[in-house]
Amino acid sequence: MIGDLKTRDLLLFAFVALLFVGTGIVQSWNVSLTILNMGLISAIMALGVNMQWGYAGLFNVGIMGFVALGGLGAVLVSMPPTGQAWADGGLRVLLGLVLGAATVVAAVLAWSRVTRFRGPVVVAILVIGFFIFRAVFDGGVAAVEAVDPASTGYLGGLGLPIILSWPVGGLLAAGAAWLIGKTALGLRSDYLAIATLGIAEIVIAILKHEDWMARGVKNVIGLPRPVPYEIDLQNSEAFVARMTAWGFDPVTASGITVKLGYTGLFVVVLAILLWLAQAALASPWGRMMRAIRDNEVAAEAMGKDVTRRHLQVFVLGSAVVGIAGAMMTTLDGQLTPGTYQPLRFTFLVWVMVIVGGSGNNWGAVLGGFLVWWLWVQVEPIGAALMQGITAGMPDGMWLKAHLLEAAAHMRLLTMGLILLLVLRFSPRGLIPER
Amino acid sequence: MEPLNAFVTFANFVLIPATAYGSQLAIGALGVTLIYGILRFSNFAHGDTMAFGTMAVILCTWGLQSVGISFGPLPTALLALPVGIAVTALLLIVTDKTVYRFYRAKKAPPVTFVIASLGVMFVMNGLVRFIIGVDDQRFADGERFVISVRTFREMTGLDEGLAIRTSQAITVVVAVIVVAALFWFLNKTRTGKSMRAFSDNEDLALLSGINPERVVFITWLIVAGLATVAGTLYGLDKSFKPFTYFQLLLPIFAAAIVGGLGNPLGAIAGGFLIAFAEVTITYPLKKVLGYLLPESLEPDGLVQLLSTDYKFAVSFCILLIVLLFRPTGLFAGKSV
Repeated sequence: MIGDLKTRDLLLFAFVALLFVGTGIVQSWNVSLTILNMGLISAIMALGVNMQWGYAGLFNVGIMGFVALGGLGAVLVSMPPTGQAWADGGLRVLLGLVLGAATVVAAVLAWSRVTRFRGPVVVAILVIGFFIFRAVFDGGVAAVEAVDPASTGYLGGLGLPIILSWPVGGLLAAGAAWLIGKTALGLRSDYLAIATLGIAEIVIAILKHEDWMARGVKNVIGLPRPVPYEIDLQNSEAFVARMTAWGFDPVTASGITVKLGYTGLFVVVLAILLWLAQAALASPWGRMMRAIRDNEVAAEAMGKDVTRRHLQVFVLGSAVVGIAGAMMTTLDGQLTPGTYQPLRFTFLVWVMVIVGGSGNNWGAVLGGFLVWWLWVQVEPIGAALMQGITAGMPDGMWLKAHLLEAAAHMRLLTMGLILLLVLRFSPRGLIPER
Repeated sequence: MEPLNAFVTFANFVLIPATAYGSQLAIGALGVTLIYGILRFSNFAHGDTMAFGTMAVILCTWGLQSVGISFGPLPTALLALPVGIAVTALLLIVTDKTVYRFYRAKKAPPVTFVIASLGVMFVMNGLVRFIIGVDDQRFADGERFVISVRTFREMTGLDEGLAIRTSQAITVVVAVIVVAALFWFLNKTRTGKSMRAFSDNEDLALLSGINPERVVFITWLIVAGLATVAGTLYGLDKSFKPFTYFQLLLPIFAAAIVGGLGNPLGAIAGGFLIAFAEVTITYPLKKVLGYLLPESLEPDGLVQLLSTDYKFAVSFCILLIVLLFRPTGLFAGKSV
């Protein structure tokens, strides 16, 4: 699959690699690896969005929601179950959810089967179902959330290894994407955009306020890790002896070892996904997707079911984003619903895809690394710039204080300008589609 | 008196706030729908345009306050409004000339415009944060209430009170004026008619000698006015926080789509529909029902259908229902 790249593309990748090496030398290798790990995750997110946008022209602005669902997957899989909560109200919560789902299914069935008084019947089913759902569900939630609210107060997870949560996060995101796609695909493209924007906000609202599920804004912290803890390494005599023999400070080395462990895992996932994405793009399926994107009417005339194919690729792309979301929560070691911001998780990924080159998987990956590096580094660069600008101003001047303080907000401005400039002068991105 | 008390409670907590909120959404949705009708794309930067306009108004208000000018019982922000609109209009015109005009000349597909508007959204958001910061700003001054709870109780002798805040009254009055002026402009003036012609059929409009760049120019001016007014009214009523304005994008889009994208009348109806649904469904109805039902039937719980945290879900569900059953919106909007 490397064979798809031209010399120019390899040079671009070499340039980005140089940025990371430069960060390692100028700042520290710990910083460089931190950015690299998040860059790998960003690259996977960009890959998922590129499947939707680059292959099929679907405009998804709900990436944040799918990332968060992936994160939820990490909690549900890896945290130990809270036995007391399950005993007190867990089954009641589940029963409530089942009843809620049954209500919706019954309403949908009634809509397609009942012939007389269809509207009133469906409304009646929904209203009665809603009250039954609330009656069962609310009591269960109260019982669960009352169990030691300071440390648990939620149902907990399955207590399985956290790596299993990556595919589970993908499945959760895929399920949500299927629901959205069923309703909004096949309408005009703007509607899909608004629908995804809405679902992302709702996913975050649910994560923030359904404490029984993942503790809401109280956050789930201390997720199990797939790699060893720094402190264990520092306490391991073999590790300290080897690092000292190699001439490294054991404390710094333990941090770097852990980060390299994550890097290794993420590289494997990225490589697999990239290989799959490239294979799909080169297959008859990939050609069909691009044919649909370029001319829906002609593709439909050739007997392709456009809405179905759109749904397919929308679900696949969202699943990839969900995997990345689960990986991110694994890397953070905690799920903090309050930190999900659309500018950071939805629109920044769009900048990555557009800058890297929509329609080209390698481009999306490159964009993921490059834009993430910029996003992190713009802040110190902006601060330094402001120091330079304000150096001539007298101390205590209001403008100086304001400019120094505002340097933190340079990021959004820079990202917006980059997006606009690339879109204007190089709309096909750094590595264009071929 | 029981039904009257119930009605007063309902009016105080649902009708009046929802009317004010609906007016704000309606003016916001009018801006979105105008851009959609004339420029034919969904402008994701609209929330941040509102934030920028409000910021300009706030800065001007502070300037006026610092030299001792006030507007008597009314908020000083109303005096600052024209300045805010002018600054916002300037920003939008510059944005159009530097960003959107290029794609217009190329006849780029609508989605390119939408992505460009994402870039504009980033830049505007950055500008607002850069200039005024991310914190909450309150800038309402003047008289706080038109009628306070206590005066109302003394006037009517009812148990329940009814308060009308100045910001709410102003919102409704300003909304009526703005909407009336806009419809007069669109329906009666030559320029307004040329805009509607351009929105209905671009080719025919060009054929009859309408200058497209002029139509676009006027549209941005009007959008600047609408966005600044909507943002300022929202800010007076609640408070100004850049991130909240970004989040307003969802109910505003929902209002515009529910009403039918490109249809000004629909935008207003959509705004009120969304606002009333959001406020009614998230308000605990216990007190109202307590007055209406006999004691034996009085509800134990709060009778809150959904917690306020899910108000976005309400606008979203209405949006989904409309998309499923009437994809062009309640009033026929543009093509699906």
